[in-house]
Amino acid sequence: MKTLRREFLKSGGAMVVGFSLQGVLPGQIQAQALARGSAPGPPDAKQIDTWLAVHADNTATIYIGFAELGQGNSTALLQIAADELDLDMSQLSSVRLDTNVTPNQGGTYSSASIQRGGPQIRTASAEARAALLKLASQKLNAPLDRLTVSEGVVSVRGGTGSVKYGDLVGDKPFNLAFTNSAPVKPITEYKLVGKPVPRRDSPNKVTGKYIYMQHVRVPDMLHGRVVRPRGQRMYGAGAKVVNIDESSIRAIPGARVVRKNDFVGVVAPAEWDAVRAAQQLKITWAAPPALPDSASVYQQMRLAKTEDRVVGQKGDIEAAFGGAPHTTTQTVHGPYQSHAPFGPNCAVANVTADSALVMCSTQDVYGTRTSLARVLGLAPEKVRVQYYEGSGTYGHSCYDDVAQAAGLLSQLAGKPVRLQFMRWDELGWDNYGPAHVGEVRAAADANGKIVAYEYQGWHHGWSNVETSEQLALSKPGAEWPGGAAQQVSPLNCGGMYDIPNLRLVNHKLPVTEYFKGGWLRSPLDLSFSFASEQAIDHLAYLAGIDPYEFRQRNIKDPRWLGVLDAAAKAAGWKPSKAAAKVSTAQIVTGRGIGVGTHLASYGAAVAEIEVNRETGKVLAKHLYGAIDAGQVVNPGNVEAQIGGQLVQAASRMFYEEIAFNTTNVTSLDWSTYKVMRFDECPQVHPVVVQRLDQRSSGAGEEVMAAAAGAIANAFFDATGVRMKQYPLTPARVLAALKSA
Amino acid sequence: MALTITVNERQRTITSAPDTPLLYVLSNELELQGPRFGCGLAQCGSCSVLVNGVETRSCVTPVSAVSRKSVTTLEGLPAWYAAQKKLPQAPAMHPVQQAMLDEQAAQCGYCYNGMIVKASELLSKNASPTDAQIRTAMNGHICRCGTYPRIIHAVQRASRVMAGAAR
Repeated sequence: MKTLRREFLKSGGAMVVGFSLQGVLPGQIQAQALARGSAPGPPDAKQIDTWLAVHADNTATIYIGFAELGQGNSTALLQIAADELDLDMSQLSSVRLDTNVTPNQGGTYSSASIQRGGPQIRTASAEARAALLKLASQKLNAPLDRLTVSEGVVSVRGGTGSVKYGDLVGDKPFNLAFTNSAPVKPITEYKLVGKPVPRRDSPNKVTGKYIYMQHVRVPDMLHGRVVRPRGQRMYGAGAKVVNIDESSIRAIPGARVVRKNDFVGVVAPAEWDAVRAAQQLKITWAAPPALPDSASVYQQMRLAKTEDRVVGQKGDIEAAFGGAPHTTTQTVHGPYQSHAPFGPNCAVANVTADSALVMCSTQDVYGTRTSLARVLGLAPEKVRVQYYEGSGTYGHSCYDDVAQAAGLLSQLAGKPVRLQFMRWDELGWDNYGPAHVGEVRAAADANGKIVAYEYQGWHHGWSNVETSEQLALSKPGAEWPGGAAQQVSPLNCGGMYDIPNLRLVNHKLPVTEYFKGGWLRSPLDLSFSFASEQAIDHLAYLAGIDPYEFRQRNIKDPRWLGVLDAAAKAAGWKPSKAAAKVSTAQIVTGRGIGVGTHLASYGAAVAEIEVNRETGKVLAKHLYGAIDAGQVVNPGNVEAQIGGQLVQAASRMFYEEIAFNTTNVTSLDWSTYKVMRFDECPQVHPVVVQRLDQRSSGAGEEVMAAAAGAIANAFFDATGVRMKQYPLTPARVLAALKSA
Repeated sequence: MALTITVNERQRTITSAPDTPLLYVLSNELELQGPRFGCGLAQCGSCSVLVNGVETRSCVTPVSAVSRKSVTTLEGLPAWYAAQKKLPQAPAMHPVQQAMLDEQAAQCGYCYNGMIVKASELLSKNASPTDAQIRTAMNGHICRCGTYPRIIHAVQRASRVMAGAAR
């Protein structure tokens, strides 16, 4: 094994030194990666060595397949390992995601690092501990049941002698099958799980030592920029080059055009020269096909031919509607919204005739490897993808597009290329959270019991071919296959309530006739909740019941009730019917409540807002959010996630909207795509409903839908008017108040 | 002719063209990791540095414009603070950095260069800003993760710490 390991080090080291990343990567975290990095992954998930290594200095490395996106999972997953291994946090480290090194745990989607990744890390650690104890038992000549461990030191209870983990295996492999069968610790023995352990990435993030993707440089590289029309067009049509005048950038030193079909870029030794060349290159694009503009898109969506699917059906809704004393119908429109990462995506690629190394900020290194292989015409095992955290992505922003584009630029230029998207590339060519038309009908009986509910939703799904691939390989746009998050959600559309008669219908539009779509934090959920929670709230209003109490009456699941109560309690909710204090004052205030989820967890929110009836300006003053995500490993992280969700939900409810004309997107910077800033930021009040005995589930998205509903309902409470479209811009608010 | 600029108290000779935005010089020639690209339009604050103590967007500032001025980046803030406060040596972190850590404010942390630079500038001019003053001063800086509330708390905390240190 020794020789093999030396070979690993040699070949792994050679590969990276050949690419000369020294000084770019922090030495400590790369030591293990190099040893393992010689062969294409994924490493065998059925081997303990794939998941962790114990070192001679009594520390351990945990190999995690989930990306740190700013949510803190790189700390929380180590807490789980630390408890199972009886190690201290300071004894544990993890390594960069790398398709030659880290296991394939699936992409970092659905806020599921802890939900899906936690159990694997926990059981692998438990199994490693069992193996270590077996070795210790032999070494110390003591039965297993007399051994105890603290900080990686095994001692004999009531006896003498001890041995360190590091002395038992010291950097040697376990060579053990991972059977997923070792017993894990009972909750009562947790020391770190459930505690707000400080984040491990924070110190470097505040001092400038953290290496973001945007910092990665390699020797002999060129800087690249893509050249595209400003603002994407209809997805299916891509963009067609008519003419390129290469003489237009001749004055820029070293700059040159690289092109593959309609994929056009520039490269130059100096970054500023690449930026200038991309801006100055004279290029004529074919006229794009006509689109409905932002004002008429909803009407077109509603009337278009769609692929319809009933995604929920219970009882007989028509009969129930017929006899109900209280009925309401809410029709709402939700806009296209952008991930809009604060720092545009970036990638560095070195593509040779038969290999590629691509460093990027993907949420899924193995998924990106597959798509890169396709785009570059290489076998997947010839492509190595390494993850570097970028600016927060909140879903499928341009990280795949930029990785593909960097790969293409490097392949075409014959040199390593660093590509940083410009602000307009990122906003203009994003995979937007799709626009939505929602129609809800709901009915309650005289006792305030919901008896019938119907949700019909119109939207398109996600795009499956990125722009770089589309342009370079002349590929048509295509639909992302499957995916519950692309459909009317049975969880968010009535799912939390006990409703005997219900029908949910999904009307799917073809993405190729609209804009690129993708998962954006809590996909479609804000629109669902904006529609559904307003309908539920309106039933409460019609029945003359306090909206919190109305929800309590209609929810049976104790976990939904738990978060609802937690949010109401945090807000000091006092019973009152909605819109009881509507006045003609210039500034009116309101409070609203809402529940919502994304996939598995439970979210509730209360909003306290202020509406200026003369200017139409709406301000959230306080947002309260509660999440039940089962066992919360790091409540500090989850509180931060709730706070972030509340602010981002408010941003999406008040400002965010992709604008477009009849040919292309026109939201290209922070003045044409407005987001929350300091001046109007609400105070946030996060509540973690801890349930250590329940399975962990996601905590990064669930409170957004709840907050969207709560804000809309607070607006009704303040004004007596239901908003039919978000964001609640002053113009839209004034129009709604006027027409009421 | 090569240009000389002073960055974090060190004189540096620059080979980039004089019209190159300072950001690209700091990132590529001087390999500093504080200032970073966000929009290139002076709309977001990602690239902020201090120029003679004044927060400046390096993405739209030609490097030639700072040739006779003192540029301080995130990396140089502890020493800049020590010089202001006449401390015998630079602390490991500027109190604003320490406060951001203490508040566990950062999520992705990408905007924290600008946040910390701007907050440090603010506290150098106004030792105990109100909530409204903090919001106004910081309004040119976007945090897409939505950590504004914790940043405000951190600035208040740093303000208290600095007041204590001055006593």
